[in-house]
Amino acid sequence: MTTIAEVNSGNEALCADQCMRIHQLMVRARVLDERMIQMSKSGEGYFWIGGPGEEAFNVCLGLQLKKGCGPDYDFLHLHYRSLATLLAMGMPMLDATRQAAVRITDPHSMGRNFLGHSALRKWNVVPVSSVVGAKFAMAPGTALVQKRHGGDGVTVVVGGDAGSSQGDFATCMIWSTRPGQELPVLMIVTNNQWGISTPMRSQHSEQHIVDRGEPFGIPGEVVDGNDPIASWHALRRALQWCRRKRRPFMLESQVSRLHGHSSSSGAMRVENEPDCLALWETKLLAAGVLTRASIDELWEAARGEAAAAVQQALQEPEPTPDDVRRHTYAPSPVDVVYPDDYTGLPH
Amino acid sequence: MATLVQAVRMALHYGETYLGVTDILGEDVGPPLGGVFTATQGLETAWNTPLDERGIVGAAMGIAYAGGRPVAEIQFCDYGFNTIDLLKVAGNQRWAGGGNYEMPIVLMTPSGSGIRGSLYHSHSFESWASRLAGWKVVMPSNALDAYGLMLSAIVDPNPVLVLLPKALLRVRGEKLIPGEPADPELLKQLIDAPLGDRTGWRPRWPDLDEYLVPIGTADQVREGTHATLVSYGRTLPLCVKAADLLRESDGLTCDVIDLRSIFPYDWRMISQSVLKTGRVLFVNEDSEVTNFGEHLLRRVVEEHFYDLLARPRVLQGQHVPGIGLNQIYEQNTVPQLPHILETLRAVATEEA
Ligand SMILES: Cc1ncc(C[n+]2csc(CCOP(=O)(O)OP(=O)(O)O)c2C)c(N)n1
Repeated sequence: MTTIAEVNSGNEALCADQCMRIHQLMVRARVLDERMIQMSKSGEGYFWIGGPGEEAFNVCLGLQLKKGCGPDYDFLHLHYRSLATLLAMGMPMLDATRQAAVRITDPHSMGRNFLGHSALRKWNVVPVSSVVGAKFAMAPGTALVQKRHGGDGVTVVVGGDAGSSQGDFATCMIWSTRPGQELPVLMIVTNNQWGISTPMRSQHSEQHIVDRGEPFGIPGEVVDGNDPIASWHALRRALQWCRRKRRPFMLESQVSRLHGHSSSSGAMRVENEPDCLALWETKLLAAGVLTRASIDELWEAARGEAAAAVQQALQEPEPTPDDVRRHTYAPSPVDVVYPDDYTGLPH
Repeated sequence: MATLVQAVRMALHYGETYLGVTDILGEDVGPPLGGVFTATQGLETAWNTPLDERGIVGAAMGIAYAGGRPVAEIQFCDYGFNTIDLLKVAGNQRWAGGGNYEMPIVLMTPSGSGIRGSLYHSHSFESWASRLAGWKVVMPSNALDAYGLMLSAIVDPNPVLVLLPKALLRVRGEKLIPGEPADPELLKQLIDAPLGDRTGWRPRWPDLDEYLVPIGTADQVREGTHATLVSYGRTLPLCVKAADLLRESDGLTCDVIDLRSIFPYDWRMISQSVLKTGRVLFVNEDSEVTNFGEHLLRRVVEEHFYDLLARPRVLQGQHVPGIGLNQIYEQNTVPQLPHILETLRAVATEEA
């Protein structure tokens, strides 16, 4: 195999090493999601929601974040389909399977919350709430502290197309463009054209969701989220804008939803939407960056890794009845009833 | 002697100067107005937000996530209803995230009737708020407690809702806040913004001291043996009055407990008093179906059934859609002194 320097898409390119790295992360995310779908059906877990069809875009996001804790780093108000972003940031598969298996060791929620409802303080991943709009109301707050603090940390908030109907979406636009007080918020909409069952086109007449930013002076871009090269560069531009100008930007990523909404709608594979991973492999094969054999090897390795992560999680302990109240309250020096944590009704 | 609202303002000044408050945010909270009730005049970190309650609560949460210590205001609690699921998120995020994050926010909002506020400036909020697990909820009935509860709310690393009784905001306290000048005229000159143009105005803050009212501690404001009267906010001074009148007229004395902290509440004080008197009346002005007082009543019934000498009762607002502007409506919708006195007398004199 000859050494390929870069791969092109339109007039953009990405070096071959980066393409391979992205590919590997996409495979790991896909395999893990597929394995966790099985968990939801086999009784190893209760519920699945995730991001098959969003891996290209989500991996490119995860690889370009400034990851760490505190206002020097990016704050992340993620979507429940952001698995590939977290894997790209370096989260081990095990930390997803622990949540899928609702174990006490689940670092996001101690087995309390649905899969994909992440919370990782070490990387500024604030708790994902099921309330789809809420993160858009919170994002200006983290960005405000970042702007005041200085540096180039930005706030990234990710939601779906249907969720953009929530008033909180407008809140985010208004609060991040107060005259003289603009905020470094990257508003990302992963547009898969669906609510749960409601087509976006039956409810929204704006051509692109990012068009709504225009009256606020928020620049926007629509990107083919099935194309890792286009996604990489769109994210690079968007993040750079927010980092340098300390102002908001909107990015709409057109993605697929390859397993329906969630396990509650069956999580069956759909056949009529483009598969970013298959497309990417075709491209990398044609470019000579990967071979069939190297691809098969990666899938095999990812399957092994996912199987081990599931097995490990299932061996770990479940919560006990004593854990029900834990972490309701932070210890307080001024509370005589709950100085440490919630202990039931006052007595 | 400060008014309740001046006490809040001084507490916020103390908070931003010594306790790390980074942002005091809300509608009309910053200059020039400093709050529709003047609670935030002259504060360094106060700023005006868009007219967007969900944005206010959301921004406060985001600020807290990023390490700030915000105090947010909802201009009237009546306009906080569209934030209730964000309040839920604020209360549950620490638990949901397995302790990943703290949520040190203070939300303050004027609550209750008494300013002829009609439908949307008279609501009570404590019964709703008491269902928000993960929150703490306090409500002062006098200036010193307002100061001390606000400082505790700021120090506490959990979300704390400070309900301010609208009717009492301009009532002067009887006890001195540590560091405030005793002369109300002098205090006014120092910290109240002048009417008209205030562009050049700066407050001259007195040298205040820390004073904390621990969350979860009630205050026993009258002592007696014939009945227990538990209240907070606007109805608390009315309860004191009722107890005093009953003593003068009938020679019956009552424990009057100012709950101050709605959640967590001081169960020990209530319980001990009920054990002593065997008779209890809870008074508040929230509406009567699923009223917070019902919860306290349930505990009394479950834990003190055999200690009771008379039916325990709750006196509260009517279950009507709002409080009408004509004072006939208001006076007959939420408890007033005659209602309290009458019910208290009934509880205290019912045959055992
Ligand atoms: C405020 C709110 N209302 C309803 C729901 C139930 N719900 C969960 S996901 C969903 C559809 C979300 O669609 P979209 O925002 O496009 O995101 P996607 O799932 O397609 O990524 C709905 C209605 C919710 N989680 N939050």
